[in-house]
Amino acid sequence: MIRISNLSKDFILHNQGGTIIPVMAGADLTVAHGECVGLTGQSGSGKSTLIRMIYGNYLAAGGSILVGALDVATAAPRDIIALRRDTLGYVSQFLRVVPRVPTLDVVADPLLSLGVPAEQARHRAAELLTRLNIPQRLWSLSPTTFSGGEQQRVNIARGFAHPYPALLLDEPTASLDATNREVVLSLIEEAKARGAAILGIFHDEAARDRVCDRVVDVTGFTPKAAA
Amino acid sequence: MTTPLLSVTGLTKRYGPRIGCADVSFDLYPGEVLGIVGESGSGKSTLLSCLAGHQTTDLGQITYDGRNVLAMSETDRRRLGRTDWAYVHQNPRDGLRMGVSAGGNVGERLMAIGARHYGQIRDSATNWLGRVEIAADRIDDRPTAFSGGMQQRLQIARNLVTAPRLVFMDEPTGGLDVSVQARLLDLLRGLVRDLGLSVIIVTHDLAVVRLLAHRLMVMKSGRVVEQGLTDQVLDDPQHAYTQLLVSSVLAA
Repeated sequence: MIRISNLSKDFILHNQGGTIIPVMAGADLTVAHGECVGLTGQSGSGKSTLIRMIYGNYLAAGGSILVGALDVATAAPRDIIALRRDTLGYVSQFLRVVPRVPTLDVVADPLLSLGVPAEQARHRAAELLTRLNIPQRLWSLSPTTFSGGEQQRVNIARGFAHPYPALLLDEPTASLDATNREVVLSLIEEAKARGAAILGIFHDEAARDRVCDRVVDVTGFTPKAAA
Repeated sequence: MTTPLLSVTGLTKRYGPRIGCADVSFDLYPGEVLGIVGESGSGKSTLLSCLAGHQTTDLGQITYDGRNVLAMSETDRRRLGRTDWAYVHQNPRDGLRMGVSAGGNVGERLMAIGARHYGQIRDSATNWLGRVEIAADRIDDRPTAFSGGMQQRLQIARNLVTAPRLVFMDEPTGGLDVSVQARLLDLLRGLVRDLGLSVIIVTHDLAVVRLLAHRLMVMKSGRVVEQGLTDQVLDDPQHAYTQLLVSSVLAA
């Protein structure tokens, strides 16, 4: 489902003397349907960078990133937008939403963009928020005022609202208590069971061991010259 | 494969020897929101007014729904401006008739395209005031009695009542305080999604485009220096100017 070949990435800092920072070279990776692959490596080794490149958030310098049939590395913006809507989900570490929008609508939003009727989308959103232990009295409030852990759970609910065939998870269990961590892990297991290809970063080793079928150390993708 | 609703090639506008905007090309598809950012004087407003036909264009081509806009007669272009297109000004006073009631402001655009039944016009006006969250009992008030945020929402209602397909917006959230701005952003997002609008929005507010625009064009000295997916341009800017722009934003 996800197939990365010979991927490379440099950051060029034009306003800092044109410094070129090569951060990735020759990255190869595949994630099959129903498989969960964990990315490992020290902080700063490029795990999040890789995830962001697959999502089209960072531009690739070279190589290819196939998600389904689309090469994200060279695709037009509108094709990436369509991919994100239908196929590729992403749970980031940060919740970015329009202020004032109720939590229930924030979670239902990905479904509404797919044309799911509002009633049905909100029903699904309510189901996920209940599972993730967000009290119903908070659903009509904007998540911008929530605690870190609550925002994280809203973000997860949003990422799992639509059954994406491919999912990117950036530390989905960070800042969660044991109960909620368990809910997230079972959501991941259910997604695998329905055939989703999942690529994730898990600092929580026990979580990683439980849901990941294998791990890939991104240190292997670090350009040799810069090391 | 769908075709672009608006297709722009090599658009250039000069003010004497100076460049307003130069060699701008892009495609806009149905349901897409394109953000244009850049500092004051970068040519973003010039570009918008050329596109909307408020200014003449020196060079280039604009194709809307298969029709060559620049070759159209003035009458045809004006009709387009009243029906298929809408233009939301930064200052609501430029887009509203301040001496006419709120309902009259919305109804006028309907009458301009031939609506004559008073009851129906008033019903549509009430309906649209509701959609932009203006209470029905304010329908007979003049915009002068409205707050800035309400005026801006009224301007949006006036523009959208004829069900346009393409909306031009010039700093629609500029000059509004942040809580009103958030409300307006939510409203605009909902309208884009529910009505399948295509929007070109000019702003200098990067937070606004991040939440609203699918794609982003960055302009400097009249030229497009970078374009792409909004979050990609903001999070991984490639051009020196965009890097400067993004890193200059103060975090609240």
